[in-house]
Amino acid sequence: MTQTPTGDSIAPAARTRAAEDIAVTEATKPKVVDDGNLVNRSGRGKKILVYTLLVIFALIYIYPFIVQVVTSFKTNGDAVANPLALVPDPITTAAFERLAQTEYPRWFTNSVVVTLLVTAGRVFLVSLAGYALARLTFRGRNAVFTGILAVLAVPGVVLLIPRFLVLNYLGMYNTYPALFVPLLVDAAGVFIMKQFFESIPVSVEEAARIDGAGTFRTFWSVVLPMARPALITITILSFQGSWNELPHFIIAADDPDLFTLTRGVGQLTSGGLGSGNQFPISMAAALLMTIPTALVFVVFQRYFTQGANAGAEKG
Amino acid sequence: MSTLTTTAGPGTGRAPRRPRQGEGQRQSVAGWLFVTPALFVLGLFLLIPIVMALWVSFTDWNGRGSPFSSRVELVGADNYAALLTEPGLSRQDFMISLRNTFYYVVGVVPLQTVIALLLAVIVNQKFLRGRTFFRTAFYFPSVVSSVAISLVFLFLFTGTGAVNQFLALFGIDGPVWFSDPRGLIHLIGDWLGLWSVGRPPSALADTQVLSLSLWEWFSGPSVALTAIMAQVIWTTAGTFMLMFLAGLQDLPTEVEEAAMVDGANRWQRFRNVTVPHLRPTILLVVTLGVIGTWQVFDQMYVMTQGGPAKTTLTPAFLSYTAAFRQQQWGQGAAMAFLLFLLIFLLTSLQRFVLRDKDEAATRRARRRQQRATRRGARA
Repeated sequence: MTQTPTGDSIAPAARTRAAEDIAVTEATKPKVVDDGNLVNRSGRGKKILVYTLLVIFALIYIYPFIVQVVTSFKTNGDAVANPLALVPDPITTAAFERLAQTEYPRWFTNSVVVTLLVTAGRVFLVSLAGYALARLTFRGRNAVFTGILAVLAVPGVVLLIPRFLVLNYLGMYNTYPALFVPLLVDAAGVFIMKQFFESIPVSVEEAARIDGAGTFRTFWSVVLPMARPALITITILSFQGSWNELPHFIIAADDPDLFTLTRGVGQLTSGGLGSGNQFPISMAAALLMTIPTALVFVVFQRYFTQGANAGAEKG
Repeated sequence: MSTLTTTAGPGTGRAPRRPRQGEGQRQSVAGWLFVTPALFVLGLFLLIPIVMALWVSFTDWNGRGSPFSSRVELVGADNYAALLTEPGLSRQDFMISLRNTFYYVVGVVPLQTVIALLLAVIVNQKFLRGRTFFRTAFYFPSVVSSVAISLVFLFLFTGTGAVNQFLALFGIDGPVWFSDPRGLIHLIGDWLGLWSVGRPPSALADTQVLSLSLWEWFSGPSVALTAIMAQVIWTTAGTFMLMFLAGLQDLPTEVEEAAMVDGANRWQRFRNVTVPHLRPTILLVVTLGVIGTWQVFDQMYVMTQGGPAKTTLTPAFLSYTAAFRQQQWGQGAAMAFLLFLLIFLLTSLQRFVLRDKDEAATRRARRRQQRATRRGARA
């Protein structure tokens, strides 16, 4: 469970926003007229106020990350004595070298594998189901959709014990599949894809169907390519969800070979590396697990923005 | 939100026309084939687990063997009773966790909502240079792993850490944040001279309500919990800022201009035009906030393990430790269901309180009219 609100039950009307948000790119959003041009009195005072607030908040928001980067290159003594100093004295990569000797690389690999599997699986399964719910008529469709909406209302943390019970019962506890199979589908994703498919014109599919393409073919080579923005949103949501996931990995396995980054690093604080309060090591560990997120974030920034809103308003 | 409809916008696809016989059958098969994998995963790892846990919450299963074996005894509602009605350690811990989380929610939700709105208003200023940069900076913590952020905050909030060194610049002697169990309300009362933390007023200390004394109920969040609250507000405000930004960008310019022409000053405009317009977004943000905060788990697992002196114990973490560490699976499961119920009730209540008054009024009027017509038809 990440701290990001992976929201749950929202008023039905809000749900449509997901599809709209995906369809409307930032550039086409209506722009509000600059009200600075309409009223110029007291404009300067306002600017000063806004900039002051901005600087304060920017410091509060950026400083912790700077501390994180700088401290990971410090010695422990330096980190404890001068926590505010922005230049390590001396500069050392000892923390990273220590991490390399621990289980950290294995945790990193596990996280990468799980994230890739979950993301690939989710994109495929969720769009299949979303397409069927949006476009195919079959008996029980409404019941299925209602069921998915109901599932959305279940708070994630409540599932800790239940999930363990089933994994244990099936003999999957402490196996690799236990880490990713339960995460392969999320109801929110099905919902987002359904909304998106409903927003694209039916005519293209009908043309393909008249040409004799089967349902899966139509879906795979005609509809899916048109759904790129929604697919990117799903990709981002599932990357973020599985890379940052903690509770599920806690209950799915306790074999150290199956630890992911969040699970392994989460134990650093209780002296998991025999490091106790070795701050440079914990900062380096935090830094390395943040870098992939930062890269994905920078590349897909625009879609992250949309994903946040889609994710929140998913219903 | 009320203006949005559940169907897609104009010019978009409608449900396909009723297909011919053979085509209909093919679609039916394809439809089920398409949804089956998703239903399978959701059913196996969501629905069945919930049913199993519900069963376990009525048993004394200790984690060994199958919870369905004949050796496992059904104990009826005992697990729930131990948490709610029977005096004892289980109830005491559960009540402590509810108290902590109550203060946590009451502190985090309003603050993160207000800060998110403030950030959105700031970043929405058109004259601002580098708006994208600041928006990114404020949003970034929301996408970073809570584990990584917890490590950073553990370091920032150590006794000699950055936060305390910063406070020292103003001559403030900061606490050892994460090992300080003193309650905030206790401390404030002490500081105001209302009571002494060492010798709590006996009227409060001697009255027990649900396994905790009134003095303990009114502790406020502990210093340690306050530090976690600060971290969570810092992390989540960015997400909600984006929601408010989307809302602000939907604000019709004409309305703003009309208010300006009417001579409304900036604060009046914000108060009477912007905030009512953002009402649906505020409802959404507060609802999501309440749902999210009652579930808080990661921070407790990584940073405090419920300590110091149980002041960061939360229902989610307690249910985890009861089951996985003390092997009291029935009680752990019962706690999870009580938490579920609580979140459900709170969000329903909230939606009812914050419901659109106009909409409710129209609905009531319509119902009244319908009743009148029906009566008319009968007569």
